[in-house]
Parts: sequence; structure tokens; C-alpha cells
Amino acid sequence: MTSLTTPPHVPAPADSSTGNLPAGAFSRNYRSRRTLVDVGLTVLAAGLTLLACVPLFSVLFMLLWHGGERLVHGGLEALTSTRPPPGQTAGGGFGNAIVGTLLIVTIASLIAIPFGILGAIFLAEYGPRTKLASAVRFAAKVMTGLPSILAGVFAYAAVVLLTGDFSAVAGGVALAVLMIPIVMLTAEGAIKMVPQKMREAAIGMGATQAQVTWKVVVPTALTGILTGVMLAVARAAGETAPLLFAAAYSDTEFAIDKYRPHVHLWDWTASLSVFIYENSPAKSNVPNQQSLAWAAALVLVLMVLAFNIGGQLLSRKSRPKR
Amino acid sequence: MTAIPTNAAPPDLSPSAGISRPPTAADVVIDRGTRWLAKAFAAGTILLLLFIVYKIGAAATPALQHHGPRLVLSSNWDPNRGEYGLLAQILGTVYSSFIALVVATVLGVSIAIFLSQSFIPRRLEIVLKNIVELLAAVPSVVYGLWGIFVLVPLLERPANWLGDHLSWIPLFGGHLTSRGVLPASLVLAIMVLPTVSAISYDALTSVHPRLKEAAFGLGATRWETILKVVLPTASAGIFGSVVLAFGRALGETMALLMLMGSENNQFSISLFSKGNTLAALIASKYQEAQGNPTQTEVLLFAGMVLLAITLVVNVIGAGIIQFTSRNQKGARQ
Repeated sequence: MTSLTTPPHVPAPADSSTGNLPAGAFSRNYRSRRTLVDVGLTVLAAGLTLLACVPLFSVLFMLLWHGGERLVHGGLEALTSTRPPPGQTAGGGFGNAIVGTLLIVTIASLIAIPFGILGAIFLAEYGPRTKLASAVRFAAKVMTGLPSILAGVFAYAAVVLLTGDFSAVAGGVALAVLMIPIVMLTAEGAIKMVPQKMREAAIGMGATQAQVTWKVVVPTALTGILTGVMLAVARAAGETAPLLFAAAYSDTEFAIDKYRPHVHLWDWTASLSVFIYENSPAKSNVPNQQSLAWAAALVLVLMVLAFNIGGQLLSRKSRPKR
Repeated sequence: MTAIPTNAAPPDLSPSAGISRPPTAADVVIDRGTRWLAKAFAAGTILLLLFIVYKIGAAATPALQHHGPRLVLSSNWDPNRGEYGLLAQILGTVYSSFIALVVATVLGVSIAIFLSQSFIPRRLEIVLKNIVELLAAVPSVVYGLWGIFVLVPLLERPANWLGDHLSWIPLFGGHLTSRGVLPASLVLAIMVLPTVSAISYDALTSVHPRLKEAAFGLGATRWETILKVVLPTASAGIFGSVVLAFGRALGETMALLMLMGSENNQFSISLFSKGNTLAALIASKYQEAQGNPTQTEVLLFAGMVLLAITLVVNVIGAGIIQFTSRNQKGARQ
């Protein structure tokens, strides 16, 4: 390698008596090895960056092509009816899986959102510098790295073995384990960004600490807290592995179209993600079921991306303006 | 407008006047309740983590008592004879994650450099950064479906050419037939890529600009500065991101379950052979294990091994990142 102290493209002054440089002394020499290496590496890095974007667009293209075709040609039946038997060459759908995903994610949110927000209030308001708080932060960070399948194994050992059967509630518990650390850590960050002056003003007017928290701090930090909630919901809705052990899978229809809606909290429950797995070529070789898997994947990805992008837009809004 | 009387009495602040009042009993209860609840839920996080470790550990110990160390030292899997060994799955988990990590590190660090070192306008940089981050938003079961339909057919022909002509290299032995380690690891690499690139990006942008300016001032080209000044300074943070990505890759289930062909119980170093991982084993055998308590125990034990490996890797990764970010802050002041 050429030494850094004598760059080859800066030639020594031609006329040392006057100190004048020849024309083009500081221009880039495109035949020098250093310039070529520099340009080559730039092209390589740009190429690798573009290469990394290819899978996302390929996935989206396949979803729109296979899944979109099914939804356009098959119509609403795919969104309302249940899984077709292997012998059926057309028709069928995943309406029960859509309801199941919504049900399980709702149960998970009912557990994880209060848990996460109250924990975050302690971390940011009541004891930010206590030993308990740093231990809680550490535990939450470790939990964000917990493999999702282990959340399912936990729900299996803690709920399914206890109640004796797979259920939507067990699925909700498994997803809540994955959501809690996300909600808690983002909410803590959002609450910490509320200006100290607002708290002081409320205290000066005689508010109790709970009034300061619930009437000033939480409403101010609400967009930031919602960002975390939406990102957590987006992550939970796409999870498959934990639901295999906790909610299992079912082809029975939810009685949503009957006059008296009936929610089966304690039965085996279908979900979009498990539906995709059960109908993918890994488990089924029926073309009709595989095309439904693509359609279900399109619906699931649209749901997840809506929550994800919504969360990111909210976070941009909540960021303080400089 | 009336003039303000100069000798007016001070406003009556006694509770009876209604301007101010002490907290009512309800206020006090709410105040104490909030404080207590917040503390309880915060402490609940630690208890939840301990409870998860305890539940999985307690459910797994019977298997260890029944089968002993053979569980992790042999790779026999024969439910009929009651023989269970997890060695092939443990090796398969680490091996597939390692390959994924090699690919994700090369791609992720290149992306982080390209996006952080002002090669492109700021607006384009944000767009590309969001696209890369959206890679993590696609559910893993959808990647599995995509892998089966797109990646495997794409890889089959070049892989079999390599298998025919370069089979003396152990990596390229055999043929890729519909499922294998290579497509599974590539999908895994795509899934952990955002982890590597996002944390490396943070590490690269926190390198002080003065260091770069000094290198430019000495006449270094842009890439000489990046390779000799910026990367070494940010190396610890990049290493932390790689360790965290390793932890995520180890626990990934669905894509591997769908792409690795998990029937095979022999570990092979060839990229084209079928393989198995701990997570895929649990997901594929849990139905079969219903009504067979011995096998359920073994699967729960496999979960505990996975938990132990990922906890160690995650704690190391989080520790490295915390340590380096503290050092960076020290250097700035």
C-alpha cells in the first residue's frame, strides 16, 4: 500500500524555484491504483446495498402476484369462509384465521399494554435511578432477545398444561411475553422525553404525583407510547412459532355471521400465520390450498406493514422539533 | 376597569373558599395505588423472566434424569426404542446461524458504511434505511413460503453444478433437492440483516467527525479513511451487533422449519444437504409428541438448551454494546 504521507496524485512541485504547481496537480488521477480501489469499493458497497433490497421487493411482488390474483379472482369468499378440504379444487378461505389472529392479538394487547405502560411509568417517573429499575431494564432487554418459539414453550408449560388444552388465551399469553418488553422500553423512552418543566408546573399547582403522571406526563407522551404499542402489535401479529404450541390450529368457523356472536376463548384457534404454514408446500401439496396460503400471506403482510408504518409515522410526529 | 385597591386583603386560600383544597381520600388512594402498581409491574418483568426460565427448566429436568448426558452427546432419534439425542440439532442450529451471520455481516456492514459515510443524499439515505428495516417486518412464515417458491428453484441449478464439479470441497458435497441448509441460511441472513445494519449504522455514525477530518487532511482517500480509521473505531459496536444478530438467528423457527427439510437427523457440513435445528425440531415434533410424555420432556429439554444458548449470546451482545456506547460517550466529552 502506498504510504499515506506521499499521495501519488499530488506530484511534487515541478518548478521548485517559483513554487508553482503544474496544471491539474490536485485533480483526481483515474489511473492511480488508490483512485481505482476507492471507486471500486464504492461501486461494491452500492451494489451490495441494492442487493439487500431485492428480497423485500421480490417478496412483495410474489405476494401481490399470487395472493392478489387469488383475492381478485376468488373474491370475498377467501376472506369469509374456512379452509377447503384437500379434494376441493377451488373455493374456500381463511375467515376464521383472520378472526383468530385479531382475537389472539387483542388478548395479548390487553395483557401487555397495561403491563408495559405501568412498568415504564416506574422506570421513567417513580424510580429511574433505583437498582430495581436497572434490573428491570436488563430483564426487558434480555426478553427482547428471547426466541419467539420459547414464548410458545412457556405458554405451553404455563397455560396449556394447566388448562389441559390449546386455546386462544394461551396464544395471547405467548404473544404478550413478546410484546411486553417492546411496549415497556419504548414507553420509557417516550415518558423520559416529556420536559421536566411540565411536571414542575403541575406539582406547583398542587397536583399529587399520580395526577402529574396521569393528567400531564402520559397524555404528553401518548404518541410515543402508541408507537411502541403499534410496533409490538406488528411483531406479535406475524408470529407463528409460539402459536403452534399455544393456540394450535382449527378449521372450525367462528360464529361471527350468526345472530349471537360467540367467542371461543378456550378452544383451538386458527391464526393467519399458522394457516400459511399449514397450507404451504411444507405441509400441503394441494394447489388450491397453496394459493390460499399466498392470499393469507398478503393479508397478514398488509396488516403487519400497516401497523409498522403507522408506528413509524407516529414516532416521527412525536420526535421533538429542533 | 376598576383600579386595584392598594390595601386589599390577601386572597383567601383556606379550603372553605374553594380555591385550594388538600387531596381528597380518593386522590390519596389513586396516588398510592399508581405508585404501588407501577412498582409491581416493573418488578413483574423480572419475575416473568425468572418464571419463564423456571417453567422451561422445571419441565425439562425429567428428560435429563431419564436420559442423562446422552441427550446432548448422541444424534440418535428413535422414539420407538425410546432413544433421543440432540447433537445433530444443536450442531445444525449453530452451523446454519453461523453461515447466515457470515452473509449478513458482509451485507449489513456494507450497507451501514454506504448509508452512514455520506455517499448519497440524506433523503435517499433515509429511504434506503427504511427499506432495509422493513426486511425485519415481514413475518418469518412468509419468508418460508417465499423461499420455497422463489429461492430454492433459483439456487437448485448452480448448487447442483457446484455439487457435480467441486464436490471435493466438503461445503459443496451432494445435491440440493428442494430443501437444504443453503436456502435456509440465506433466508435467515435476510432476516437478521436489519439487526446488523441498524446497530452498525449507529456505531459508525457515533465515530467523531474529527477523526475522519484528520485522516482526510493527511491525504487519505475516502475508503482509506473508512477502512483504517472509521471501521477500527466502530469495530466493537459492529461486533456487538453481530453477536446480537447471532442470538436472533439461533432462535428463528419457521423459515428453517420450512426450508431445511427437518426429517434428516444427521449433521453434515455440506451446504446442500438437509439439516435440522433445535427450534425446528420442537415445532415439527410437538404434535407427534402429544400423548407421549417421554418425547414431550425431550422437546422441552431441547427448548431449555436453546434458551441457555440464546441467553448467553444475548447477554454478551448487550454487554458489548452497552460497554462501547459508554466508551463513546466518554470520548466525546
